[in-house]
Amino acid sequence: MIRSTCVVGAGAIGSLYAAHLARVGESLVLTRRPEHAAALNAEGLRVSGRHDFEARVTAAADPSVLPEPDVVIIATKATGLEPAASAIAGHWPGAMVMTVQNGLGAEEIVRRHGAWQLVSGVTFMSGTKHSDTHVEYILDTPTWLGPWSGTPFERVQEIAALLVESGLQVEALPDLRPAQWSKLIFNASVNTVAALTGLPHDGHFAAEGRDADLGRLVRGLMDEGKRVAAAAGVELHDDPWAMNVLATKRGSAHYPSMLEDVQARRPTEIDLITGALVREAERHGVDAPLHTAPCTGS
Amino acid sequence: MRICVVGCGAVGSLFAANLAQLGDVEVWAYDLAREHVEAINLDGLRLSGAGDVVGRVRATRDATELPACDFGIVATKAMHTESAIRETAHAFTAGCVATVQNGIGNEEAIAQHVDRVIRGTTFPAGKVIAPGHVQWDVKGDTTLGPFEPKPAPQEEVERLAGACTRAGLPTQAVPDARGPQWRKVIFNAATNPIGALTGLTHGRVCEDPALRRLVSGLVDEGKAVVAAQGIELDADPEELIDHAAKPEVAYDHKASMLQDVEARRQTEIDYLNGGIVRFGAEHGVPTPLNAAIWALVRGLEESWTL
Repeated sequence: MIRSTCVVGAGAIGSLYAAHLARVGESLVLTRRPEHAAALNAEGLRVSGRHDFEARVTAAADPSVLPEPDVVIIATKATGLEPAASAIAGHWPGAMVMTVQNGLGAEEIVRRHGAWQLVSGVTFMSGTKHSDTHVEYILDTPTWLGPWSGTPFERVQEIAALLVESGLQVEALPDLRPAQWSKLIFNASVNTVAALTGLPHDGHFAAEGRDADLGRLVRGLMDEGKRVAAAAGVELHDDPWAMNVLATKRGSAHYPSMLEDVQARRPTEIDLITGALVREAERHGVDAPLHTAPCTGS
Repeated sequence: MRICVVGCGAVGSLFAANLAQLGDVEVWAYDLAREHVEAINLDGLRLSGAGDVVGRVRATRDATELPACDFGIVATKAMHTESAIRETAHAFTAGCVATVQNGIGNEEAIAQHVDRVIRGTTFPAGKVIAPGHVQWDVKGDTTLGPFEPKPAPQEEVERLAGACTRAGLPTQAVPDARGPQWRKVIFNAATNPIGALTGLTHGRVCEDPALRRLVSGLVDEGKAVVAAQGIELDADPEELIDHAAKPEVAYDHKASMLQDVEARRQTEIDYLNGGIVRFGAEHGVPTPLNAAIWALVRGLEESWTL
């Protein structure tokens, strides 16, 4: 029985989890900035967009002042994972810890900081954080969860059930790797091209009619990624190209976070997304020249 | 001898102003920039920097004003070749037309309208800093040779090269100018778009080991396309890339494509990486990295229209 949860890192994704989970249990939030925690405690968390409600959460910037939660969701960007995991090192030994970072290898990073039972996650939902206490729920695409390194599947299903009850789209899978890799290949292809061109994820990414059409490059990147997945023995959950085509037909074009990062001149997740794929390619002896190219620079 | 420079931007101005120094050459310039044309006609065409000259050049925006010329020198951006030569071709019915532009495909476009065509490649560079005034940044050599499908006679190629050399622009006339041309195309295609996509100067691109590897990957594809055509490069583009990266050469130089991107102007990508991809396809040589870069820069251009 899960009574309380703690979201670590209240960006757009973390805020969406924390606010929804407050509707089905005690929702704790561990922030990096004390003033962010103070604002959440004073004002609560407002969700707009696909859902519209206000949630009460208990926030702090120091884990030792929070009660031990049953489940921890680390929802930082991949670039913020290491400091987030080290912030909770030595705390909450009985909690399960769930990761939802892009790329591969988040679980290993968390493992280095504690012996918690781990749950792997990938999420496709998206939101825009308008302030420390207001997040807009934009895409209600799902979060997929799976066990990591011996965590019983029933525990994963419990977490999934709680998130579904809270109003989010969530599915528990016995093996997350196929879904994780589908998203990895999707992100490594779409996010990098968006970041380099400045284009949101729109019809350009699926256009293949002429030589210089971007869809040809995106398909080339995805084919390369699929070869890496095959060499790694992973059977993909979804075809990344089908995901790409579907997403570009959604009407309003999505601005991948890597594009937003580049525009704001923030460090991107390139090392953890494309870098992860390139490292897997090297490990399995597969050539990935196209992914190696945009992996560099900026 | 009467010479018309078609497209009197930075490179065109270097040719026009220097050639106008010769007593036996009458220089005309065709350009669409009104203020530039008016300034040239009023005060002459001025170069400063690597050389300081003022050339008396007759400039016009109206191609019908052009008299019959012995030579044309096309120096527009590559995407404007077709329209510029279509407008001016009547002046060259008895003359020869050379290109000193970037990229691949300019000679083919010129040959659709003119019978005697000269393949060319040039290294001098500069920028227009005010109407009628061009800063001459870099001196360098020019190579001219007959364009095989519609060749100018070799003695005419030599006559133009001689005039350029006398005017202070060292120019060689060769029977086959494809080697020098492809060396510059490969150089430009391997470095300019990387600068354009990352915002880095030439030197900073070259000192990042991963980017430098990407540059070499692009160069290798270009070399394979050249080899498949039976063309011999006159030197290794890699040497040119390393040379240009030196602090005293072009370390801090922002590639013209980066300048284009910063000003949100259409780039010459179709004639650089796009040209390598097209010629690669014709000769069965795969060019995936050049195709990727081509698509990325085109995508970047598309993003400005959103």
